Amino acid sequence: MTEIEVISPGFYSTIQDMGRVGFAKYGVPKSGCMDSFSAKKANLLVGNDSNDAVLEITMTGPTLVFHGDSSIAISGAQFDLQLNDCHIENDKAYKVSAGDKLVFNSLREGFRAYLAISGGFQTMKLLDSRSMYEEITDSIKIERGDRLPIISKSEEKENKGASVNFEIKGIFENEINLYEGPEFYLLRGDQKELLFKNSFTVSQSSNRMAIQMKEDFQNNLKGIVTGPVVPGTVQLTPGGTLIILMRDCQVTGGYPRILQLSELGICTLAQKRPGDSVFFKLLTP
Amino acid sequence: MRSRKPNIIRLGDRAVLLEWDFEINEKNLFWLLNLKELIIKKLYELKVEVINTYNSILISYVYSIEYVYDADFWLNAFDFNEVSVENIQQDTFILPVCYDLQFGIDLNEISIKKDMEISEIINLHTASDYTLYFMGFLPGFLYLGGMDDRLAFPRKNQPRKSIEKGAVGIAENQTGIYPKSSPAGWQIIGNCPVPLFNPKSERPSPFSPGDKIKFNAVSLEEYLDIKQAIKQEKYELKKHGNND
Repeated sequence: MTEIEVISPGFYSTIQDMGRVGFAKYGVPKSGCMDSFSAKKANLLVGNDSNDAVLEITMTGPTLVFHGDSSIAISGAQFDLQLNDCHIENDKAYKVSAGDKLVFNSLREGFRAYLAISGGFQTMKLLDSRSMYEEITDSIKIERGDRLPIISKSEEKENKGASVNFEIKGIFENEINLYEGPEFYLLRGDQKELLFKNSFTVSQSSNRMAIQMKEDFQNNLKGIVTGPVVPGTVQLTPGGTLIILMRDCQVTGGYPRILQLSELGICTLAQKRPGDSVFFKLLTP
Repeated sequence: MRSRKPNIIRLGDRAVLLEWDFEINEKNLFWLLNLKELIIKKLYELKVEVINTYNSILISYVYSIEYVYDADFWLNAFDFNEVSVENIQQDTFILPVCYDLQFGIDLNEISIKKDMEISEIINLHTASDYTLYFMGFLPGFLYLGGMDDRLAFPRKNQPRKSIEKGAVGIAENQTGIYPKSSPAGWQIIGNCPVPLFNPKSERPSPFSPGDKIKFNAVSLEEYLDIKQAIKQEKYELKKHGNND
């Protein structure tokens, strides 16, 4: 069986697929790849289904050794990538053989990269998903010394040199596409204007659950009766913090939901580092 | 009866939110749950997930946005006044709670500030039939209605950094059980030894919205016995069906 050995895990690398569907009624977060577009792209390049599990790599990358032959592709954030002695590129499929070593060096652009391997990762599947999450899977991120099992494909597709022309517009740009949220109408006209005129900065207190904005957004909105929220929901606290819920968010919340990111908006925000500034671009449904 | 037509709101490109401004009560909950079942049946062929909260239903689409437009269309044509207010099938679960001061770390404070004996607090807390409205906040956390108003008590001024798994708390007019160790601003009055969430089970929580929950006071000794039985997989949650 093919395995990937973790020589060093990087800052925060987790196994993710497209998340848990059908368990929100138990209060279970959806989880799944923060930038689902890039993850799908990597999966397609190695002939996987878009829901196959990939490695999500955040900010600093891992060093991995392959035990077995397979093919891999990396999409999303641009790291300096090294396969043995060769420099390799994003968005291309590469053959790997037993003993090959993959190193993620400096991060050039974006924040989260996705490593797909033919067949997909075969870590623990719970509640219909391999996405790592504290309350659910035994591990919450990969660790040094882990040997990550890979699903063997009976008939491996020939992907050498494959590239997918799968255009993702603007995930590295600073425009975040979003819609009005259910409580948007409670904002005053001048507040609405500020939301789309000003830029906002990604704060340090950001993770897979939520990305907060640094700027204060003065408001007089009251809490709402606890209601549904989903990844991409933008909450506004009475203290003036904009909290953008991400993939590991709770399923309900009590802060006004003033905006709602589109799927592309979520993927774009997932590629921003703390300190990056973004603009909100309002879409009409 | 007033029109039951909801406010229909698109929540991004993958979900539709239905919201009502009705009073939060059991009758409206049953109506909402009946409607939820209808929607689930109607959309059976699509990959959707439908959840309810106190006054909302959320329809989430896994894949394409196209279906969301369809949803707008049929929801606008749907006759919400036709949905039944009949009671739904419900179970009553008995959850043991140990109110020993070892767990009920805020019982003394509530007792003093409310000028109410601790035994009376426990009596009031175990006397009610609670209704499960929905789960959220944490996996397996139950949003319960029906707490006796006399128990209402504000949250702690300063949330605790961590409280134990199973802690039973009060916040304003709500009561709930923490399914895991967590920071908490609630006033803690006891502990429930029964795990509320098991990710290794296909059905990670035994409860469904509309179910009734009753708390049964147990001694510290009984509490430890239950813990032991759970460890040995010999514990069975007590449950009464509709007609028991």
